[in-house]
Amino acid sequence: MTATISPLSEVTRSDAALRTFLHGLPGVDRVGADARAAGLGTRSIKTTAKAWAIDLAIRMVDLTTLEGSDTPGKVRALCAKARQPDPGDPTCPPVAAICVYPSMVPTAHEALRGSGIHLASVATAFPSGQAPLKVKLDDTRAAVAAGADEIDMVISRGAFLSGRYLEVFEEITAIKEACGNAHLKVILETGELVTYDNVRRASWLAMLAGGDFIKTSTGKVAPAATLPVTLIMLEAVRDFLDSTGRKVGVKPAGGIRTTKDAIKYLVMVNEIAGDGWLDPDWFRFGASTLLNDLLMQRTKLATGHYSGPDYFTLD
Amino acid sequence: MPAKKKESADSVASATRVTAGATVTAPRLAVRKTYKLFIGGAFPRSESGRTYVVADSKGHFVANAAQASRKDARDAVLAARAAFGKWSGATAYNKGQVIYRVAEMLESRRDEFAALEVPASEVDEAIDRLVWYAGWTDKLAQVVGGANPVAGPYFNISSPEPSGVIAVVAPATPTLLGLVSVIAPAMATGNTVIVITDAPRVAITLAEVLATSDVPGGVVNILTGSAAEVAPWLASHSDVNGLDLTGVADAKLALELEQAAAETLKRVRRPAAGLDWTADPGLAPMTAYLETKTVWHPKGM
Repeated sequence: MTATISPLSEVTRSDAALRTFLHGLPGVDRVGADARAAGLGTRSIKTTAKAWAIDLAIRMVDLTTLEGSDTPGKVRALCAKARQPDPGDPTCPPVAAICVYPSMVPTAHEALRGSGIHLASVATAFPSGQAPLKVKLDDTRAAVAAGADEIDMVISRGAFLSGRYLEVFEEITAIKEACGNAHLKVILETGELVTYDNVRRASWLAMLAGGDFIKTSTGKVAPAATLPVTLIMLEAVRDFLDSTGRKVGVKPAGGIRTTKDAIKYLVMVNEIAGDGWLDPDWFRFGASTLLNDLLMQRTKLATGHYSGPDYFTLD
Repeated sequence: MPAKKKESADSVASATRVTAGATVTAPRLAVRKTYKLFIGGAFPRSESGRTYVVADSKGHFVANAAQASRKDARDAVLAARAAFGKWSGATAYNKGQVIYRVAEMLESRRDEFAALEVPASEVDEAIDRLVWYAGWTDKLAQVVGGANPVAGPYFNISSPEPSGVIAVVAPATPTLLGLVSVIAPAMATGNTVIVITDAPRVAITLAEVLATSDVPGGVVNILTGSAAEVAPWLASHSDVNGLDLTGVADAKLALELEQAAAETLKRVRRPAAGLDWTADPGLAPMTAYLETKTVWHPKGM
């Protein structure tokens, strides 16, 4: 980002300065971004490279259940699956994290004890983010107190879209403070941001405010994660590292269901951000159904014949 | 583009005239059909991009047909699995209606099969067989299921349930009657089917009949090409529940397929060679892919 005029600490001093900075970011060429993402999606990844990519993708999965119908039993079953995704194959790695609603954090915390698997909780009036700041802060503190070591917050899209950038910035900063040692993932909900320019601005805003990860979507709005949107966010984290020296992770979430899709994302991570991001600490998949497809493809590579959904757990 | 529409309508008309042997006044480009696969109700080319040449009985080139690969087989399994819930859940009466509709559509397309050198008597047999299986859909449960005698205050009822996705190797001859005789019983019992055949013209023309007969997409999927290449992938596929080896003439291949199928406990059917296709098939083709569900139910006060 050569366009930055003043030191980055200066740009968040006032609403006007922040607006000037965010609107001064270079615009995104929509056609170019779409074409680049589509082009990167055509790479052929086979045999040993595919096996490596599948294992990496499994290690990057944030195994998610965010339903009104979630029960402690379902969360415990999901945690068991996170520890050992394929009980028939001890070489299968565990996933990166479990992602649940705050009310399920105590159950998941108990079930994941000693596994090294992270526990993420959505907070801040997920998925709409339409609640007073005090409620959001309490939501976050409660989740952290119950044992979550990662918090997935949603930004106030209403404030962002009406141009109240400083309000969004201050909200993220406050939540980050409430997180304490927990990692903060900032959900931009790109499906509601309308333009790619807004995705770039929201990415920078979230990173400036101290987010440890930027995440595409809640999974409750269509379109959720897409390749071009993730490409723009990967460019943003790369440029942010160049200009500030701080590394931020990326998490596409929602709509990634097949191994083929996941591998397309991994190719893009490598080509856009660099292989420094090819690590569960810096890139995650927010997904639930993806894991079963990864396991089926893994089994196919190991046994030489196609596997079926009957051989894996439903959730 | 109304002009273009009219033109294509005309070309169909004159193509009919060409096959009827009449003279055509103005020269026009031939509209040749590429015989593609039939997967999930659509007619895609092979994922591999391969085709092979189909010759008529005198060895003359007639068409290019898609040669299915293992990935087409995988896609067909996905389509068949996706279609299974709705088709197996359809009422027996509805399944019968749909299969009867296939017979109706076949009846109105007799000329097409005649042009493909299928004898008229074989078309008759195929249509009659469809009607026969259409009739069986709502009678099978009474014949192979029913109430079991018990010594207690409850009912005990057995009912036949479809196995799931069935992979079938269709016999080389008779082409049409052979295809119908392996597809219809599996369909009638609520299974979804993947057929491998080396008779692309007849099979894909039959697929056109199925596609216009209210058969939901994915209930029948047709892969044209080599059974020796594609069948092992289906035999070992964990999401396939049954395997019909009627069309496998090579005993060594049949044995290998049976062994691969045993790995995932598939139901395998391998009728004796030299089957009389015009004879009454009996219930065996239908019961091969049925499993018996038995339920216990307390009697009311």
